[in-house]
Amino acid sequence: MSTPILVCTNLHKSYRKDVPVLKGFHWEVPRGRIVGLLGPNGCGKSTLIKIISGLLAPDDGTVAIDGELRSERSNAVISYLPERTYINAWMKVEELIRYFADFYADFDENVARKMLSELNIDVSAKLKTLSKGTKEKVQLVMVMARKAKLYLLDEPIAGVDPAARDYIISTIIGNYNPEAAVIITTHLIHDVEPMLDEFAFMAPGGKILLSGVADDVRAEQGKSLDELFREVFKYVP
Amino acid sequence: MPWQFNSREAVYLQIANRLRGRILAGEYPPDSQIPSVRQLATEAAVNPNTMQKALLYLEEEGILAAKGTLGRFVTSDTEILEKAKTALKEQAMRDWLAQAKSLGITKEELIAFITKEAERK
Repeated sequence: MSTPILVCTNLHKSYRKDVPVLKGFHWEVPRGRIVGLLGPNGCGKSTLIKIISGLLAPDDGTVAIDGELRSERSNAVISYLPERTYINAWMKVEELIRYFADFYADFDENVARKMLSELNIDVSAKLKTLSKGTKEKVQLVMVMARKAKLYLLDEPIAGVDPAARDYIISTIIGNYNPEAAVIITTHLIHDVEPMLDEFAFMAPGGKILLSGVADDVRAEQGKSLDELFREVFKYVP
Repeated sequence: MPWQFNSREAVYLQIANRLRGRILAGEYPPDSQIPSVRQLATEAAVNPNTMQKALLYLEEEGILAAKGTLGRFVTSDTEILEKAKTALKEQAMRDWLAQAKSLGITKEELIAFITKEAERK
């Protein structure tokens, strides 16, 4: 067995005293998998993703990436799509491509250009002139055009139309390398379900409530992951 | 378009059924190469490991055969394909019959209907 690409051990994080977001969080993600990190709003998904990507420091606990404790060097192997856009609005798409090419040794410019053209995105357009959905597409293209070992996609399809969702999902499947892992957080479980190897339901308070092989759920429970989610996290009126 | 799946049956089985249907319909003829796992997974918008599992399932059935590094091929054994086709037809007919039964359609009604429909052609 090769070492898992990601190991989270005993992670603790709170933004305010006595309001823990993560409370002793453990999680392992093996290589070559597409994993859905699913949970209700405010359960700590984005906090966890930010800790893994290095944007936030945990109060306690460790994150190991590719067999090493998380450090500056880990950033070279992580491709992170935040839930909000961070790209500079004044840039043109073309400039953003060069920016990524400069910044990341593993960025494949040809892959990025091909995807942008398939999505009919004009590379000479300024980012601020693009719609919100188109900006999200551009950002996802940049993230997926890297040959990273760990992709962290925080709500990658929430802001785009269903046709673009299909394209994005195909893009993720077609572009990740089998040695890499992809972690996706989303509320649109139905749309991503068939692309997942594994899933983890995260409950408020930052615990994995339920996890497993996505395709086993249908055979074992006779329901889709989406249906299971609605059942597990049902709000009682 | 991503393939649609029902929520009662494992996705890999649904994929296997769909590919078997394509093969038996002649879309992938005997002894022809089928697209790669990655291509099929991208088309269906499913995980490559799930697609792989579906293809292995069809290999076990003998409908597909892996030829080393060349890729996967539809079997050249037409007997296996004929058998699978018969099984598929019978399954479809069993499904119709079950539905007819649940609607209270009698054997006589069924026969009369099929005869009438066949003559119309």
